[in-house]
Amino acid sequence: MTSQSEIMSVSNLFAGYGETEILHGINLNVNDGEIVCVIGPNGAGKSTVLKAILGQINIRDGSINLADQDIVNTPTTEIIKKGISYVPQTNNVFVSLTVEENLEMGAWVNPEYTQKKLREMYELFPDLSEKRKQPAGSLSGGQRQMVAMAKALMVNAKILLLDEPTAGLSPKYRSEIFSTIKTINNNGVPILMVEQNAKQALGVSDRGYILVDGANRHTGSGIDLINDKEVARMFLGSRE
Amino acid sequence: MWDSFGFEFVNYYFVPGLVLGCIYALGAIGITLTFGILRFANFAHGEIMMTGAFLTWTFLELSKLIFGFYFHPLIACIPSIFIAIAIALSVDRFFYKPFRDSPTIMIVMASFGMMLIIRSLVQVIWGPNQITFVKGIAKPNGILRDLSGSFDMMLLVPSKHVFIILGTVIIMLAFNYMLTKTRIGKAMRAVSDSPDLAKVTGIDVEQVIRATWYVGGFCAVMAGVFMAMDTQFIMSTMGFRMLLPMFAAAILGGIGRPFGAVLGGLVIGFAEELSAYPWFGNGPLLSPGYKSGVAFSILVVMLIFRPSGILKGRVF
Repeated sequence: MTSQSEIMSVSNLFAGYGETEILHGINLNVNDGEIVCVIGPNGAGKSTVLKAILGQINIRDGSINLADQDIVNTPTTEIIKKGISYVPQTNNVFVSLTVEENLEMGAWVNPEYTQKKLREMYELFPDLSEKRKQPAGSLSGGQRQMVAMAKALMVNAKILLLDEPTAGLSPKYRSEIFSTIKTINNNGVPILMVEQNAKQALGVSDRGYILVDGANRHTGSGIDLINDKEVARMFLGSRE
Repeated sequence: MWDSFGFEFVNYYFVPGLVLGCIYALGAIGITLTFGILRFANFAHGEIMMTGAFLTWTFLELSKLIFGFYFHPLIACIPSIFIAIAIALSVDRFFYKPFRDSPTIMIVMASFGMMLIIRSLVQVIWGPNQITFVKGIAKPNGILRDLSGSFDMMLLVPSKHVFIILGTVIIMLAFNYMLTKTRIGKAMRAVSDSPDLAKVTGIDVEQVIRATWYVGGFCAVMAGVFMAMDTQFIMSTMGFRMLLPMFAAAILGGIGRPFGAVLGGLVIGFAEELSAYPWFGNGPLLSPGYKSGVAFSILVVMLIFRPSGILKGRVF
């Protein structure tokens, strides 16, 4: 990959909540067309990286570039307008709004494309088309995750950030979500994903980063990380 | 068919209960929207209602002075709505916005302070005494009386109550359309569901907050004017006196649920009026002096047994 195809880069990032520093010099980047996953034990700072990118926590040092533009200290709404879409881990749909209303809210920053995008999303997620008039709160966990992803894709996303998209889902839905992530990526959307189901996540990712205690520990292609014995033993639950 | 029991019940309890319910419903909409979207109990809401009523009275008097006759209160309230919304937006900009990211108790205290400031200002400008809003006796609406009389059912509903009920129905229909069909209305429901998710979805939360003050201010003025039309007098404590039943209505319906607020308002209005009905024997079940106690009792019972309200609103 050349630097020309780089969509997002995080360099030497120090960030945290209030006085507490969680990230101690994180580096990562996402290139055009890639799925990149961030894994690590609980408390490693995985979700905090996403919150830092979205401008939701204090950044003490370092830079975050989106398409060669520094977005540190940019308000969240502006960051979304610049093309970063985000799906939170929990509470990621508006429960009292219907599926279609949720998607319309996803298109808030560029409403002129709402109808076109709605058609695209119903093609990508045919199940949602049938449930478009149902309140999102009445859907199952897996279906809500689909709504959340479709909502995030209602903007012309330069990159999609996913925070533990399979958390709390059954194995069947987990596989379905990973397959959907692959489909979204094949449609040309680069993805940066934080995941607890490390093995499956690395399986669909081009590259992966392993964080420990708010710092980079391992970096490599998805397949290399799965095959790395130390990584497998420490982070993927392998007994070998 | 239309015996004295029905006649008395409908004309002296049911219709007044419905009127009171309409007024509470309009007031509770603003409270529940502020609660749902800005996450705090706005104690100054009743004062916006009261200010709206005083401004409307002023425009009524001006119309008499300039044109030689009184405008209808629903015409005179139009400029009051704009002024009340401007007051609500200014209060938000200078007194609430600085506390947006602070602990909730700070913004609640700020609203309590604003309640006292607005009421004091009204007392300075218009005086502390009761003012007659509309003079004369409210006669029953002739059309309704004749129509019902021909069916051996005499409805003695004053025209002011017809205006209040019809006005509330029209406002509710418009409000329902706004919340379910317009972009800003859907965004208001979205922010009420989750402000954090709304922010990361790209929704302009500040724009939604402004819209909340527009809607809340409009409904508050209408509630204040309807209250003044009903009682035919205004005074600086009228907003504060209505605060408890309006909060009870908002909590009964479910915090952050505008349609719940309407439902809650109607239930509280009916409960207050029907509590004085002679259900057993000849005397009222409860002395009319305890009406506000009914709203308070409903509030306490709901908070203990179903704090999420009828339509499952937010629990703080």
